[in-house]
Amino acid sequence: MATYNNQLTIHEAHKLLMEKKVSSVELTEACLERIKQVEPHVSAIVTVTDELAMEQARRADELIASGDSRPLTGIPTLIKDVMCTRGVRTTCSSKMLENFVPPYDATVVEKLNSAGMVMVGKANMDEFAMGSSTEHSAFFPTHNPWDLSRVPGGSSGGSAAAVAAGEAVYALGSDTGGSIRQPAGFCSVTGLKPTYGRVSRYGLVAFASSLDQIGPLTQDVTDCALVMNAIAGHDSRDSTSAPYSVPDYTQCLTGEIKGMKIGIPKEYFVEGMQPEVETAMKVAIAKLEELGASVGWEVSLPSTPHALAVYYIIAPSEASANLARYDGTKYGFRYQGAETMWDTMDKTRQHGFGAEVKRRIMLGTYALSAGYYDAYYLKAQKVRTLIRREFDAAFEKYDVLVTPTSPTVPFKIGEKLDDPVQMYLSDVCTLPINIAGLPAISIPVGFADDLPIGMQIIGKPFAEETILKIAHTYQEATEWHKRRPEL
Amino acid sequence: MKLSREEVLHIARLARLGLSDEEVERAREQLSHILENFEILQSVDTDDVPPTAQSLALQNVLREDESCDSFPRQEILANAPQQDEDSFRVRAVLE
Repeated sequence: MATYNNQLTIHEAHKLLMEKKVSSVELTEACLERIKQVEPHVSAIVTVTDELAMEQARRADELIASGDSRPLTGIPTLIKDVMCTRGVRTTCSSKMLENFVPPYDATVVEKLNSAGMVMVGKANMDEFAMGSSTEHSAFFPTHNPWDLSRVPGGSSGGSAAAVAAGEAVYALGSDTGGSIRQPAGFCSVTGLKPTYGRVSRYGLVAFASSLDQIGPLTQDVTDCALVMNAIAGHDSRDSTSAPYSVPDYTQCLTGEIKGMKIGIPKEYFVEGMQPEVETAMKVAIAKLEELGASVGWEVSLPSTPHALAVYYIIAPSEASANLARYDGTKYGFRYQGAETMWDTMDKTRQHGFGAEVKRRIMLGTYALSAGYYDAYYLKAQKVRTLIRREFDAAFEKYDVLVTPTSPTVPFKIGEKLDDPVQMYLSDVCTLPINIAGLPAISIPVGFADDLPIGMQIIGKPFAEETILKIAHTYQEATEWHKRRPEL
Repeated sequence: MKLSREEVLHIARLARLGLSDEEVERAREQLSHILENFEILQSVDTDDVPPTAQSLALQNVLREDESCDSFPRQEILANAPQQDEDSFRVRAVLE
């Protein structure tokens, strides 16, 4: 029954599958049962694909029987509803795409399919990935499994909540300003945003093309490495994907971090930070030191306070261009009953988009409009250069940088909904990393009154192995990532 | 400084976004508040700093121009709000 799948990691499930102690059909049935049981409370999934999952599970069992399986074969998976799945509707949690059925798979989906994926569903999110709480889903908000009155973070809130609640063994999310890491922190799971260009964005519905990146949300670092092995790599269909070879990410999980240099940027430990988060961070950093790393506290990234403004100019500007395609002509929602072509387009976008998406389209359009382009967009791009340079300088002295994932524990549903700037501030520790295109992971490092706290480890470009190694060593020595919410 | 009603309507028109009167008022409040938070950038010295459009150093990624199959017409049209035989159906563009 449901009890075993609720706790199993990918590597544990794989072992049981190989030893024929459990079948993929059994694992999948248990996940679907768990979904039935907890979905009324958590609401992490937009579309449950139970028939497809059972069919894929039967096929996975055949692969396993024939000795032709891989580490992800037969493992129940949830895909954020921003990645195209052929024949399965892909909504971006928007009324605009409520009935959109893609005629093709995203590259990551194609790769997971060829690795024997069992897809149990499509995960809820903030509409078009714009938000930090999953409250901006056009369908329903997702609830944090640790406290159902609180948000799971966002925008990959459905993916994070579902993994925490045992509805899937792992999930894919996407991260434009923290959308994998912040919900991973809020739900006490492990979430990796790879380097920009590491994973193909082909078939990822575009939000901000210079910042978007796909990554895994898993129960531990080993699983994260296994998923990265399956999804990373160059793709000729995404011209911004990096033409570099991909290592076996499990090889770096040696537990050996002696002599590694960890920098703590002081700008991430300032006003507005919850005291319990600061305490948990200090304990976790002391643990890394105890495990052999050397810690430097004098790192400074002085442009950090500018990152929020840079992000909220660049991301909405790119979004305003990307979302111009939703005009009610070729696919998606169309407003019926308008008089003219222009009126149809205006009303389609008025009624098809939610409040936050419209806010960002307006913001981006303003920043790109005649007379404001230099003052906003170009200025933000220049400060973006300064932010990158400061990271480059810090990485001359340190292997990784460590910060909190978010300044607070998960907040109450509704608490920040009417104050966009307050909502934006919950991503203040994660946005700069997208601006610089760096890889970063969030791992669980404790709780404040049973509410999760996440730690972010930031690496040099394409140094995913370094951050995975440190995160894995931490998890080998601690138990936080093994705790699961009671539901 | 609060955005004027005309400014909001101008942006909405550029973005082809219909707005109710209530949405216009809310946009005036919220956009102005967000833009105030951007003022901080004006104090940063960016003389001689080049802009960053994206973080990868890749430039002008090219490939061979090879022909390949396109999607079946009916599969693409299946997602259209309105279709007419082999075409997308839209409102009249010319009067």
